[in-house]
Amino acid sequence: MDYTVLNLARLQFGIILTYHFWFVALTLGLSILIALMETQYFRTGNNRYQLMVKFWGKLFLVNYAVGIVTGLVNEFQFGMNWSEYSRFAGSVFGLPVAFEALTAFFVESVAIGIWVYSWDKISRRAHLAVIWLVALSSNYSAFWILAANSFMQHPVGQVVSKGQVEPVEVTALITNSYLYYQYAHTALAGLAVAGYFIMAVSAYYLLQQTHLAISRWSFKIGLVCALISTSLVVSSGHFYNQYLAYAQPMKLAASEALWKTAAPAPFIIFAVIDQDNSRNVYQLALPAGLSVLTYNSLNAPVKGMNVLQGEYVKQYGPGYYIPAVAILFWSFRIMVGIGFWLLLLAVVNCWYWRKNRLEACPALLRATMWSLPLPYVAITTGWAMTEMGRQPWLVYGLLLTEKGVSKIVPAANVWISLFLYITIYSGVALAAVYIARKIILDGPGEEPQ
Amino acid sequence: MDLNTICFGLVGFLFIGYLVLEGFDYGVGMLFPFLGRSDAERQAIIQTLAPVWEGNQVWLIAAGAALFAGFPNAYATLFSGLYLALLLILVTLILRGVAFQFRDKAATPIWRNFWDWALFAGSIIPALLWGVAIGNLLQGLPIDGEKQYAGTLGDLFSAYTIITGFLFVLLFMLHGVNYLALKLDRRLIARIKPAGIKLGKITLGVAALFGLLTYNLAGSDARVITGTALLLAAGAIFFACPRKDDGQIVKNFIFSALAIIASVGAVFLALFPRIVVSNLNPKWSLDIYNSASNPLALESLIFVIGIVLPVILAFEGWKYYIFRQRILVQQEDFEPRRKLWGQLQGLLRELIGYSCKLSVALEKATHTAISEPRREAKDAAQRRVIRLQELKVLTRRGRRRANDKSKTRN
Repeated sequence: MDYTVLNLARLQFGIILTYHFWFVALTLGLSILIALMETQYFRTGNNRYQLMVKFWGKLFLVNYAVGIVTGLVNEFQFGMNWSEYSRFAGSVFGLPVAFEALTAFFVESVAIGIWVYSWDKISRRAHLAVIWLVALSSNYSAFWILAANSFMQHPVGQVVSKGQVEPVEVTALITNSYLYYQYAHTALAGLAVAGYFIMAVSAYYLLQQTHLAISRWSFKIGLVCALISTSLVVSSGHFYNQYLAYAQPMKLAASEALWKTAAPAPFIIFAVIDQDNSRNVYQLALPAGLSVLTYNSLNAPVKGMNVLQGEYVKQYGPGYYIPAVAILFWSFRIMVGIGFWLLLLAVVNCWYWRKNRLEACPALLRATMWSLPLPYVAITTGWAMTEMGRQPWLVYGLLLTEKGVSKIVPAANVWISLFLYITIYSGVALAAVYIARKIILDGPGEEPQ
Repeated sequence: MDLNTICFGLVGFLFIGYLVLEGFDYGVGMLFPFLGRSDAERQAIIQTLAPVWEGNQVWLIAAGAALFAGFPNAYATLFSGLYLALLLILVTLILRGVAFQFRDKAATPIWRNFWDWALFAGSIIPALLWGVAIGNLLQGLPIDGEKQYAGTLGDLFSAYTIITGFLFVLLFMLHGVNYLALKLDRRLIARIKPAGIKLGKITLGVAALFGLLTYNLAGSDARVITGTALLLAAGAIFFACPRKDDGQIVKNFIFSALAIIASVGAVFLALFPRIVVSNLNPKWSLDIYNSASNPLALESLIFVIGIVLPVILAFEGWKYYIFRQRILVQQEDFEPRRKLWGQLQGLLRELIGYSCKLSVALEKATHTAISEPRREAKDAAQRRVIRLQELKVLTRRGRRRANDKSKTRN
């Protein structure tokens, strides 16, 4: 079998989805924050809030536009590059995708058009309702998309017959336990991204000592959001990981570079991984750390990859079921490291806020500003761990990734599409950054007296 | 009627809804570089679409997803088979989508021209290619016994499919003209009308050709109903053409929508119960039974679409009601396409300005470097720096205090 198409299709899928999620994550959180600001405006009638809504709204829309146009590619991807998977799982996987488009995205894309252009056309109450529709429907659409992903991670409630999965109960899609861990972690991450985004831009103004009225309020809104959501992201991540020990032990073991079953299992801080020989050349470990993290116990055994490999061979037949360990291991560490750094940043900022010395510490503001790329790195590595940790499965335990790729698509076509997507996506990203920079430099404008 | 038929009907409804709504969207996108003579005019034309295009395009996403869930085999075969055509549609649609947001964010002629052409390409290419794709469904694609596409990109183009593609482009343009007549500054409409009248005649001609060929391709038992739909389409196109006398605008728009519905509907009726015809062996055609997903999935899909559609239609209706006003051309706030020479002059002037500043700075630098730095001056400078820092701290404190006061006042 020729692996060119498979590898290219995987690369393409990874690039496209990651890129899409950079913009979606901000949309998920920022829409809620803007809706809250507009609620404040509606309640108090304070023009400063309106100015804030309009300013953050401008940045939101640039970001939103990129998110929306790349979403179309994601849906078409399944038919174009992964048509065998579509045949195999369409009856189950297609449903949440269709429900997302029909119940969430429909509302969202009509509402966003209304929200942007109807400030002086409908009542303030109706306008507020519309932004809430945007915020809720975008988060609701994430729910369905993650329901689709959860089916791939942890398929429940269906049978395989005649080479196709068929649903036994449609509700199994949304009662899937995987969905709830994943959804909490993802939606909260979206809020965290939005919090740090607002903080970073406001920190820039605070450092420049311009647009102070807007930036002070915004900074604090961002800070509160960032503090709450980051601490929740970190804790939900912890529970998610404990859940992985039950749902996808292989992913857990790979992300911890744990080859042999150990009781108590150490938490490996640093390792040089040698996947060919199934071992770590060198490792720096904290004894019993993993047992405590995973099972809250000092001596619980955690299964290693070699043992799991043996079990999977028995269950699914011969094959190599261990994902790319080094990528998972480091993705996980980068994600967790960034999570804690951002949490620290939020706590320190809060401390300075309590002392009323936020602006007296330019170093802290600068650190906040330059930390803006970090949440993006964290969501990228987070998804890398989730999706690459699923390999070699496309649908866990049911379909191998190499069986899902389109049979008739020649490698040339995938090359062409990969090239075109990369070109266009980078051009669009550059344009978006250019515009965002322009909007930020222009500033929110003066407050009407 | 069984589940498969209902589901196929609903998917068809979503797809036709996409073509009707995005139809005028694409039509306006194809026409606006030619109709809008200044930047302000072009911006006004785009403004007629800006609030609504996302709500129109979402119909495509919904139709695609419903096809995926309802008829996964048709979805898989078509999307992997029409790979390059779909890629072209996607890429142009990406640029089109961001063009709405990005175009007015910077005021240089190059920037605006680029997004104008992105909008144009993102309108004409999808229109043409969807037409070609739909023509192919009926004319037949090389689909083998494994339900796999066994052809190349070239197999998609034949006389019939190209005519269908052109018909789509023309129909959408006509639809776009009628939409603009409803929404745009009356001053501009006078210019649009003659174009619309000419367009109508050409469309009618191409539609006649399309009608004959489609009727010919339809199976013998579907001929009556297909023929009726085709006649309906022809009549609708006739009434959709703008006339010289005023006051027919709404009627024209409704008929151009009807023309799209009837001509696409005719193809679907001729196809039924097939979704894609195989021209290798009629038995290998994909129909609504051999490509469908499991009945439970179909049932739940129908259930959800049934609940959601009325809500969406009402919501869309409210949106069009909010934006019912005509879009006026704003005062020129931006110079219409400056000539190349003017651009160069501007660039040159900027360059000269920068070089002047640079030379002044260089002069200063050399001056300070050459003159002996005296100790006293250095000390004085240091003292000045320290005092400046103190001042900074003082003002910051003062400002904060003032802020706190204003906060308590608030």
